[in-house]
Amino acid sequence: MIAAADLSPAYDLIVIGGGPAGLAAASLAARAGLSTVLFDENPGVGGQIYRGITSTPVKNGTVLGEDYWAGAALASEAKASGASIVNGATVWTLDPSLAVGISIAGKARLVQAGRVIIATGALERPFPIPGWTLPGVMTAGAAQTTLKAQGLVPSGRTVLAGCGPLLWLLAAQLLRAGVKIEAMLETSSRRNWLRALPHLPDFLLSPYWRKGLGLMREVKAAVPVIPVQKLAATGAGKLKEVVYVSGGSERRLLADLLLLHHGVVPNVNLAMAAGAAHRWNERQLCFVPELDDDFGSSVPGIAIAGDGAGIAGGTAAAERGRIAAIAAVRALKPEASVPAPQVVRQKLAREEMGRAFLDVIYRPSDSFRRPEGDTIVCRCEEVTAQQVRATADMGCEGPNQMKAFLRSGMGPCQGRLCGLTVTELIAEQRRVSPAEVGYYRLRPPVKPITLAELASLPIGEAERKAVER
Amino acid sequence: MFKRLHDTPTVTIKVNGQTVRARSGDTVAAALLAAGIDHCRTTPVTGAPRAPYCLMGVCFDCLVTIDGIGNRQGCLVPVREGMEVATQVGKREAGR
Repeated sequence: MIAAADLSPAYDLIVIGGGPAGLAAASLAARAGLSTVLFDENPGVGGQIYRGITSTPVKNGTVLGEDYWAGAALASEAKASGASIVNGATVWTLDPSLAVGISIAGKARLVQAGRVIIATGALERPFPIPGWTLPGVMTAGAAQTTLKAQGLVPSGRTVLAGCGPLLWLLAAQLLRAGVKIEAMLETSSRRNWLRALPHLPDFLLSPYWRKGLGLMREVKAAVPVIPVQKLAATGAGKLKEVVYVSGGSERRLLADLLLLHHGVVPNVNLAMAAGAAHRWNERQLCFVPELDDDFGSSVPGIAIAGDGAGIAGGTAAAERGRIAAIAAVRALKPEASVPAPQVVRQKLAREEMGRAFLDVIYRPSDSFRRPEGDTIVCRCEEVTAQQVRATADMGCEGPNQMKAFLRSGMGPCQGRLCGLTVTELIAEQRRVSPAEVGYYRLRPPVKPITLAELASLPIGEAERKAVER
Repeated sequence: MFKRLHDTPTVTIKVNGQTVRARSGDTVAAALLAAGIDHCRTTPVTGAPRAPYCLMGVCFDCLVTIDGIGNRQGCLVPVREGMEVATQVGKREAGR
């Protein structure tokens, strides 16, 4: 375990995030001779997709599947590469001078980078249905995390709801682990099929379709899959029933656990706070950073690799990490030997193939992204859809102004679970594009830290002189 | 809500003074879920109960007091023998 005091004051490359992009980037850069540190806030490396890869108690290889175990090679390469890998490390600031603020076990440090690669990946798209704050309602990703990292599986009446590849994968993994799933409530619109057709040829050339069909067959053989148009969780103090509308009639399912998922979106908080320009992506319905061919952002020296650069999945993330790392090596140590970038780019193009089809076919329906009435939008400050809509109607034009009225986005999650919803609701009320509405203005610290942690920063001569007479 | 696939618990922690057995490798949030503890905090706004939602460090619904320090993200902190966890009522209390 590396403590804050053990860190060097400066590194050639700082990689933030230990998923596939971060691991691949750190390995490549360290092998090329850059002094490299990787910071990750989780107890172990792997990110979400390879969560618990070095420590999982789930030794039966078929439960998590071979795509999961592919992450083991990335983790061992990174370990052998000479990069310092620091887990339990929370990055709370990154500024355009490439100073990185880090906190480890309650002690903070500022570390200087020659280059930074942000590899903070994705998070699950907010899924604001009535009752989604009740204990007993979690994300599908949460159930997958605790299966991978702790070998914990749902034990009561379990219902899955939403859409997207991860939902099918989780269902298959839970079934293989012996879990009974009461139902899978499918929320994507059948109309998506027509819109997705033009992207079908590329999809059929990608590895996704064979895997996807296999998963769907495996799940449908064991679980009723029900198309739904409305969804709610009800219960007093904890989940009791899942209420849904299918084909015009309302039904109820007793449930102990409801797992929600309708896609993942880039985790933008650190990149936006560092000043990297982002734009609205209508196909993926989220904000993505503006990047050059080497994944360099609008802030010189800061690259954004992996799903943080726009959703493309774990294997594409690793290739993106390599491309960003090659650019860092070329900038800082041009004489070092690196893999040929065009080979990596070809691999990346293959991995990204088929993504457009998935984006369109699993595009979450408007009604599941833009709630109404007293459905909570901001979980931290308990702000409802009706409040956001009414405030927009009063003339509140954007999410930052909305903070002043309602405090939405001002709780500890810093907008991670409400940002896209608030933007889309305002856009709908104003009848403009989310691009025009924009996103929360994010500022450091991007994770809450205590004054005691800030006060633990080492004090140099300059700081002392600034306050002493 | 959750059960363990196979491992036997090996670490002992206290949750609100009660002994809870956890597995080395659990996060605090996972240990609470495995022990069947149905919520880990109440909200500062309405006092509604909340349980871990995302388990990946973004939702902050698993905030608990750990060894006297409030507002810790239970899903990011590994359990340690003898750790004292308390569910959090409303906002973080002054002094912890």
